[in-house]
Amino acid sequence: MEPLIKIENVRFAYPNEDEPEQVTEVLKGISLEFRRGELIAVLGHNGSGKSTLAKLLNAVLLPTEGSVLVDGMSTQKEELLFDIRQRVGMVFQNPDNQIVATIVEEDVAFALENMGVPQPEMRERVDEALKAVHMYEYRHHAPHQLSGGQKQRVAIAGIIAMRPDCIVLDEPTAMLDPHGRSEVLRTIKRLNREYGITVILITHEMDEAAQCRRVVVMDHGSVKMDDTPQNVFAQVAEMKQIGLDVPQVTELVDLLRQKGYDLDPHIISEEDCVAAIYDLFEKRRANGADS
Amino acid sequence: MPILEAKDLTYTYSIGSPFEKTAVDHISLQIEQGEFVGIIGHTGSGKSTLMQMLNGLLKPTSGKILLDGNDIWAKKADRRQVRFQVGLVFQYPEYQLFEETVYRDIAFGPKNMGLSESEIDQRVRETAAAVGLREELLEKAPYALSGGQKRRVAIAGVMAMEPRVLILDEPTAGLDPKGREKILDQLARYHKRTGCTILLVSHSMEDVARYASKLLVLNRAKIMCYDTPSKVFAQSDALAQTGLALPQITRVFAALREKGICFSEEVYTVKFGAALLEDALKGGAFKC
Amino acid sequence: MLKDITLGQYFPMESVVHRMDARFKIIITLLYLVMLFLGQRIYALLAGLLFTVVVTLCSKIPMKMILKSIKPIVPILLVTGILNLLLLDGGDVLWQWKFLKITEEGLHTSAFMVARICLLIAGTSLLTYTTSPITLTDAIEQLLSPLKKLKLPVHELAMMMTIALRFIPTLIEETDKIMAAQKARGADLESGNLLQRAQALVPILIPLFVSAFRRAEELALAMECRCYHGGEGRTRLRILHSGLRDYVALSFILLLLSAVILLNLFC
Repeated sequence: MEPLIKIENVRFAYPNEDEPEQVTEVLKGISLEFRRGELIAVLGHNGSGKSTLAKLLNAVLLPTEGSVLVDGMSTQKEELLFDIRQRVGMVFQNPDNQIVATIVEEDVAFALENMGVPQPEMRERVDEALKAVHMYEYRHHAPHQLSGGQKQRVAIAGIIAMRPDCIVLDEPTAMLDPHGRSEVLRTIKRLNREYGITVILITHEMDEAAQCRRVVVMDHGSVKMDDTPQNVFAQVAEMKQIGLDVPQVTELVDLLRQKGYDLDPHIISEEDCVAAIYDLFEKRRANGADS
Repeated sequence: MPILEAKDLTYTYSIGSPFEKTAVDHISLQIEQGEFVGIIGHTGSGKSTLMQMLNGLLKPTSGKILLDGNDIWAKKADRRQVRFQVGLVFQYPEYQLFEETVYRDIAFGPKNMGLSESEIDQRVRETAAAVGLREELLEKAPYALSGGQKRRVAIAGVMAMEPRVLILDEPTAGLDPKGREKILDQLARYHKRTGCTILLVSHSMEDVARYASKLLVLNRAKIMCYDTPSKVFAQSDALAQTGLALPQITRVFAALREKGICFSEEVYTVKFGAALLEDALKGGAFKC
Repeated sequence: MLKDITLGQYFPMESVVHRMDARFKIIITLLYLVMLFLGQRIYALLAGLLFTVVVTLCSKIPMKMILKSIKPIVPILLVTGILNLLLLDGGDVLWQWKFLKITEEGLHTSAFMVARICLLIAGTSLLTYTTSPITLTDAIEQLLSPLKKLKLPVHELAMMMTIALRFIPTLIEETDKIMAAQKARGADLESGNLLQRAQALVPILIPLFVSAFRRAEELALAMECRCYHGGEGRTRLRILHSGLRDYVALSFILLLLSAVILLNLFC
């Protein structure tokens, strides 16, 4: 099947402020494919180019070289701009700075109003979107009465209402407390599972990436890894060198492996880690009983 | 004598209105000179309100705050002097930078203290170095810096007042792992070098567990526990019930304990956990 | 703290007046103002008083609130009252001291002006008490929409209003935070002469402006990502509905207005 988003040899550079003839290269030739229904994390530290990549996906930025195709449509074609933006919705880091209206439901309707959706249908889609992020009871609230996590869910609803194929979330949890973070993560995972929406989560938090099914690791404007979270985090030394964390359990397993214990390096969940360590003790007990 | 002491401290917002809310509820607390205290709690647990009371920005509804045994709200007390001695770095402090150069922004606090030019110069350069800002950055405009650098400029601006107690409200919020590590490491080094008292507010138990000598856990406007990290993590079940996220490694060892593999000490860092496991696997004691 | 200031004057309640179409409310308020200005004698005031009392009762807004709305303009009332009292000449002289004197006409006009301003404020306050700022903005946009043909940026102005309303609470909170943060660095906002105090505001205003611009930039991007392209072809979630009550209210004010005009002409 044709991928939903196809990124081909994309470079992105902008001229330096001080010396215009020199350019800063943010993306250095990237090729990626995102298929429908995927739950992908793009993991990288600040300045790795991950936010630039996100903005290329719905034509907020255009590649200096190469092409980005959304459902076969090139982001370079200006007449397709609104088609592309309706298909690939974008949620940003600061929940305060993306809510336009003074009432929750009106903000969710904002994109539909822009698209000229007739009122009865709009009503239906707004309610549906608010229910999808579990914010329906708050539809008459003012944004400033909500917590960070709730505001971010309203922002997600505003995108869902467009019925996009894909949501790109650019560090949606960076400004939230742990409670808000898990709220937002649960929401996007559910949207992916129940509605089949493709989710591209841009993040620097490894625990968020660990919950996705595919992790793209970016560093210095290139893709360093593109694999399952298990395979990505198993490379503890490489990840640390890039400046990214791995789950504590993976680190623990790595330390024990260095001491010669036979453990699976692909452990990224607590349960697997506990079970594996318990096995080690069981084996020791069995050996101890033998001798 | 503790350097900072809270006696039966209470703070209530919007008294008499329908929005009345007690953010800090009869809290008593002693902070010893030179301590590195990690402060954990949910949003709305009263952390920020407590911190703003400790440096005299908010006046308690009732109760007292003693700095070196002196009531900071006594009639003759000078709250501005209190703020110089108890420095407070707010959340996302980079949003308060306003001067044309990094140098002048860091100098704002010391200038308000009325220090001499040479003293200010020395302090600016020292603190800039302490937070890892290179000399050539000092003459740049703050807006030209990266997010992590701006954050460190803002922290340096408070450090330059050389407060005896330094309070930081989530200094690593929103930064990537590298940026977080850098700030926490520099803070630990600063603490060691100056011997000042540090209060670090954080959502991340992983972070505070690594650096703090004492942990203060706040829950619903009250103190839940205030003790050394190992004693606090010994109550991991109670902590988990309040919904605070324990370090993953602590949860793993709690699960192992349920399966009958116990250790006498609480585990909250990976290195320590690995060492304990290795020891036990080699034949050390582990069973309860 | 700044946060405690209530925003706008909206007084949320369930009442006939609250449920009225905001467009009608605006038109009725305008007619009410016309009535007050046209009426030169006491019956205009009586009509105004009648209208204000009836609407207040229907709106379930406590009378206390209406009186409160007059409080901020007491100085204006005093100045108007005293100037009219002392400067107008005509009729019997009631009281005199050196060059100051109070005449019958002065007393009359002064009382009339004060009463008129009070009614003016009370009536318009009713509009803002019973209509949320955002509904008001919507209504103004729709009422002004014929002006779009004259190339007036009606939609853009309404959008700006909406965004301003949306961000006022955010910016107030932010101001509080920046003030606290600068105070923590020893900024002295309370003492010193006027110039020193103005200078002390710089560390607060600059971060506030920087932040407002950053927010504006991010908001613009978020709006673009949600297909915003101006007012063209836009539909609205909320449609303003007019009903029987709106026409009844309109008839009421028209009746009062015509009565005042007739009395003006023939009495």
